[in-house]
Amino acid sequence: MIHSLFLINHTGDIFLEKHWKSVISRSVCDYFFEAKEKAEDPENVPPVLYTPHHYLVSIYRGKLFFLSVIQTEVSPLFVIEFLHRVADIFQDYFGECSEAVIKDNVVIVYALLEEMLDNGFPLATESNVLKEMIRPPTILRSVVNTLTGGSNVGDTLPAGQLSNIPWRRAGVKYTNNEAYFDVIEEIDAIVDKSGTTVFAEIQGVIEACVRLTGMPDLTLSFMNPRLLDDVSFHPCVRFKRWESERVLSFIPPDGNFRLMSYHVSSQNLVAIPVYVKQNISFLETGACGRLDITIGPKQTMGKMVEGLKVTIHMPKMVLSVNLTATQGTHTYDLTAKVLVWDVGKLNPQKLPNLRGSLSMQSGAPKPEDNPSINMDLKIQQLAISGLKVSRLDMHGEKYKPFKGVKYLTKAGKFQVRT
Amino acid sequence: MLEPDPNYFSSFVCSGEIFELKAELNSDKKEKKKEAVKKVIASMTVGKDVSALFPDVVNCMQTDNLELKKLVYLYLMNYAKSQPDMAIMAVNTFVKDCEDPNPLIRALAVRTMGCIRVDKITEYLCEPLRKCLKDEDPYVRKTAAVCVAKLHDINAQLVEDQGFLDTLKDLISDSNPMVVANAVAALSEIAESHPNSNLMDLNPQTINKLLTALNECTEWGQIFILDCLANYTPRDDRESQSICERVTPRLSHANSAVVLSAVKVLMKFMEMLPKDLDYYGTLLKKLAPPLVTLLSAEPELQYVALRNINLIVQRRPEILKHEMKVFFVKYNDPIYVKLEKLDIMIRLASQANIAQVLAELKEYATEVDVDFVRKAVRAIGRCAIKVEQSAERCVSTLLDLIQTKVNYVVQEAIVVIKDIFRKYPNKYESVIATLCENLDSLDEPEARAAMIWIVGEYAERIDNADELLESFLEGFHDESTQVQLQLLTAIVKLFLKKPTETQELVQQVLSLATQDSDNPDLRDRGYIYWRLLSTDPVAAKEVVLAEKPLISEETDLIEPTLLEELICHIGTLASVYHKPPSAFVEGSRGVQHKRLPGSTGLGESLESPDTGSAAGGSDAPPAVIPSQGDLLGDLLNLDLTPPATTGPPPPPTSGMQLGAMDLLGGGLDSLMGAGFGAAPAASPASFSAPVSGGLDDLFDLGGGVGMPMGAYNPPKTVWLPAMKGKGLEISGTFARRAGIIQMEMTLINKAMSVMTDFAIQFNRNSFGIAPAGPLQVLTPLSPNQTIEVALPLNTVGPVMKMDPLNNLQVAVKNNIDVFYFSCQYPISVLFVEDGKMERQVFLATWKDIPNDNESQFQIKDCHLNSDAASSKLQGSNIFTIAKRTVDGQDMLYQSMKLTNSIWVLAELRVQAGNPTYTVSIPLLLVESESSNVFLFQSQATKGKKGTLI
Repeated sequence: MIHSLFLINHTGDIFLEKHWKSVISRSVCDYFFEAKEKAEDPENVPPVLYTPHHYLVSIYRGKLFFLSVIQTEVSPLFVIEFLHRVADIFQDYFGECSEAVIKDNVVIVYALLEEMLDNGFPLATESNVLKEMIRPPTILRSVVNTLTGGSNVGDTLPAGQLSNIPWRRAGVKYTNNEAYFDVIEEIDAIVDKSGTTVFAEIQGVIEACVRLTGMPDLTLSFMNPRLLDDVSFHPCVRFKRWESERVLSFIPPDGNFRLMSYHVSSQNLVAIPVYVKQNISFLETGACGRLDITIGPKQTMGKMVEGLKVTIHMPKMVLSVNLTATQGTHTYDLTAKVLVWDVGKLNPQKLPNLRGSLSMQSGAPKPEDNPSINMDLKIQQLAISGLKVSRLDMHGEKYKPFKGVKYLTKAGKFQVRT
Repeated sequence: MLEPDPNYFSSFVCSGEIFELKAELNSDKKEKKKEAVKKVIASMTVGKDVSALFPDVVNCMQTDNLELKKLVYLYLMNYAKSQPDMAIMAVNTFVKDCEDPNPLIRALAVRTMGCIRVDKITEYLCEPLRKCLKDEDPYVRKTAAVCVAKLHDINAQLVEDQGFLDTLKDLISDSNPMVVANAVAALSEIAESHPNSNLMDLNPQTINKLLTALNECTEWGQIFILDCLANYTPRDDRESQSICERVTPRLSHANSAVVLSAVKVLMKFMEMLPKDLDYYGTLLKKLAPPLVTLLSAEPELQYVALRNINLIVQRRPEILKHEMKVFFVKYNDPIYVKLEKLDIMIRLASQANIAQVLAELKEYATEVDVDFVRKAVRAIGRCAIKVEQSAERCVSTLLDLIQTKVNYVVQEAIVVIKDIFRKYPNKYESVIATLCENLDSLDEPEARAAMIWIVGEYAERIDNADELLESFLEGFHDESTQVQLQLLTAIVKLFLKKPTETQELVQQVLSLATQDSDNPDLRDRGYIYWRLLSTDPVAAKEVVLAEKPLISEETDLIEPTLLEELICHIGTLASVYHKPPSAFVEGSRGVQHKRLPGSTGLGESLESPDTGSAAGGSDAPPAVIPSQGDLLGDLLNLDLTPPATTGPPPPPTSGMQLGAMDLLGGGLDSLMGAGFGAAPAASPASFSAPVSGGLDDLFDLGGGVGMPMGAYNPPKTVWLPAMKGKGLEISGTFARRAGIIQMEMTLINKAMSVMTDFAIQFNRNSFGIAPAGPLQVLTPLSPNQTIEVALPLNTVGPVMKMDPLNNLQVAVKNNIDVFYFSCQYPISVLFVEDGKMERQVFLATWKDIPNDNESQFQIKDCHLNSDAASSKLQGSNIFTIAKRTVDGQDMLYQSMKLTNSIWVLAELRVQAGNPTYTVSIPLLLVESESSNVFLFQSQATKGKKGTLI
């Protein structure tokens, strides 16, 4: 099981360690630093490392490495999942997951880690259970605590752990009862030079924000549940009912949570909302190149495409760019060699265009690699897969809740090759 | 928490500070005390030493303030080890807390106590722990379960003596799912350090309990339970199916570790399901979506998932064969994900999708990351070798890439083109000119060696081959060994092809290799060529220019037995490293190798410890090392084989063997046993067998080096003693000669009167053996006369299963009476000549055979090396399909076919220097199959008559 945890910042300093069994010397991290050195980019450090006596399983989140040490044959996915859960909890507690914030709240962090694992076995990883035991810091509470000498460690004990539904605590009370669901879909796609879709899929999630009194039992049904053949659910969802009736039946956790994620990969269902006409060329001899990009709408289902942003990683020898955009602003990061064009809304009448020249290091050979274009975009009130919620019913409680469903489509890893 | 939040980090702990903290800790004011403890914890968290404050902090423990209590517990856990005597002070409070009316306090106390790794304290822990294990509250029981694991880690003996293990086992049947999950987790961890203890006694009842708990416990608990389920071997396919049905819902869990553990259980239990079952197909379909979903998770999760998918794809390619596109590499994937995806893409490449794959690979070859680009180029070559129809397109893609002139791309392309040449000789030589243009830019040894090989191999088509090779020769001593060896061979090849123009060159290289080199390999090879060329150029030609075996198509495949083991370990570190856990996990020495269950359900008996010992040969960690060319391979200059391609061993062609012998200078006589050199000395038994059959064989041995040898025929034994045969004594044996099974008998008349009118009849038998003609005893047998008869047999007679399988009941009639006797024929006579299975078929079949059908036995005292053994066995129509060398062990994969078209596959492990061979026969029968010098000694009929093809 998980033996120890080291938190390491991106420069390679260990700033927090926690051992759930015997203490393991920090020097074990040297193997990790070696790998980090070799990988150059922190994102490229292999997540599972093997040292003579230990295994190091790490994740990279928010410019921090969460490095866990294990000694026995343990499922690495279990460890990685757990580490992400730790990062999620920090995010949830402190609003962000960064070195500064963790250092500021080191006692809470330590108490959290202690509650999350016992002897390397996960103990309480549900945010609402933890919050019952260890209260997150808030400004108001800080003031109250100063005045009354109170503290963040709750004097209640984790009652939620005793129930059959550990994700919800008893006795929740709201004056306004509301349940909101966001259907968010991300398009992952690779489009090749000629505009043909090489690969496309949709990653969808339903994020829920449920503030309901008591123990409500909810049923969410869809207009077209057939779309969903590859799904994973929050533990609260009753799988049997999904199997037999294709509805989501569940007692929700209190607050924000991810109800379900799904995956639509069948090519014909994945609409590509925009097309990109591009031409990036480098001259064989001269120290310059040309760039010309036009973006137009493709399958937008009649909705407006917003938040359009184009990111291009240029080859190393591109020194500067001299471009003009018909719409939006563009910047070129000289050190990272990244060109960002913030387009904004896509006007189908007047297609945005960016063109101009690239100047290159003199004498440098023609770049070996082609730059790749990454797209960002948003479409409000549309789930591009066509998924629609038909109704939400509540049983078990008498009041009438407010209900709402929002849809949003975003670009995930949307890549256009040149 | 105290506000405004002070940054505890700014307070560096120096001696003055310690003093200050001490004062605060002993303050009367509760608030001040609490603040002080927090400061102490903060310092501790960042690794500063605050152990000096131990007594003061422990003093704060006796409080009814829960927060303070928790903080002190935190401190205690950290420092009790360094202050054991002080820690005793805390014991009383712990024991008291374990009796608290609040179950959460009881749990907290027992949990903390378990974390204090001090022997003296653990002694006091036993009683509270025993109570807590039987606590009425499930939360306490669940915490106590984990505590047993903690205690075991500190003092294993104590846990056993106190009987905690039994209590823990009882908790598996607890009514609360969380308790069950924790008990399983604790037991699994304990079991890992006790490989042979039968801790997890899984039976259908407990399995049922686990499956019930699975639905209700937390996500982490589900992982533990699923991992535990994976160790169970169901009794039959029905049980297997019902477990699968109950596990499949886990595939839709949001936690990827749950999903992968569920995949493990399903992959393992699926082995037991009959393939024609509808459910089998359904299950296969259900497995694909969750695996695809794993790939949209965080990159770290993707990596682990990909490593596992790599195994799954090798075992059951059908699951993901339509999902090629999800493995396409994205620009911003981390490099470790990119490389894994590429690997799987090649595995999934088939004729149907090759166009897509190639287009992708070409795209990748222009990416930024050098490692990735190289692997992509290499992948193009692998596609060419794997999918023949695509070879042409691959070659042209590679040529395009060479045109880019990007140095490392060119070098990598040349290395793979060399492999393509070896797979499809005389097909794409038109590209050689293009390759030669890039000669100067090559600076990596592998690329140089590849280029030199190409020049040498096709010397006759390259006009200036001598110049090209000469240019390499200039810096001969600066080259790496790989290049030197290659250069030597290439020039010798050139010389043999164009002897007139290159005499000088070959002289030069031979002297460089033999006189000026310190490298023994190089020197030896130089001398061999030298002698070969000077004594017998014709033989030299046969050796050096011999036809080379084609390289294998599937590359990088994990050895089947290892793959099976790894499938049982899906989701673990082993699956990430692609090594068995025994090879690297510390503290799991002697972990039993996990095997996939078989579809006949006789798995359990085979998993018993004694098979464990029979499997002794496999205990050595079979890390996969690609079989680099052995000496013969070397001579054939096969050493170019890149580690990625494990080619089959060169089948010893006669020309080469003869050549090699000449070379060694001894002539034939001393070489009689070149292949079987040790035989005369080591196995006198074979010599003392004074019967003609055996002698025949020996002649075969002596004269037939490199020629197909006769099958082994066991010596004759007395079947019918004269006592029973009223004076007729029959001894005999069976042999297979020229594809015909013969029953060879010696009839001796020990009676006083002449015998005539011989006839013979067989009872029905397992393989339907029957006489093909009448018994030919033409002359009457006079007293004391001996006659040899050979009775040809066929296998078209009536069939009836006999026990033992190779039993044959015979009736012989003469003028005196009818005599009955039974004899046993060696199974080897039933091996037909066309028993050499297609490599591909073999591989697929071998993979399909559930491991539990495997039986193993050992052959003692064989002193042959694997090559000799292989050719020896070939004489008995046992064909070697492939050979692998793993850790000094040669593994021969063999096939044979019986007359009734049953195929038998076998794996023969030979360890150099160890006269004991291990034979694994994954299915079908093992009876005495004998061969001359060594016997496949049958232990028992372990397998059953099985799968027909």
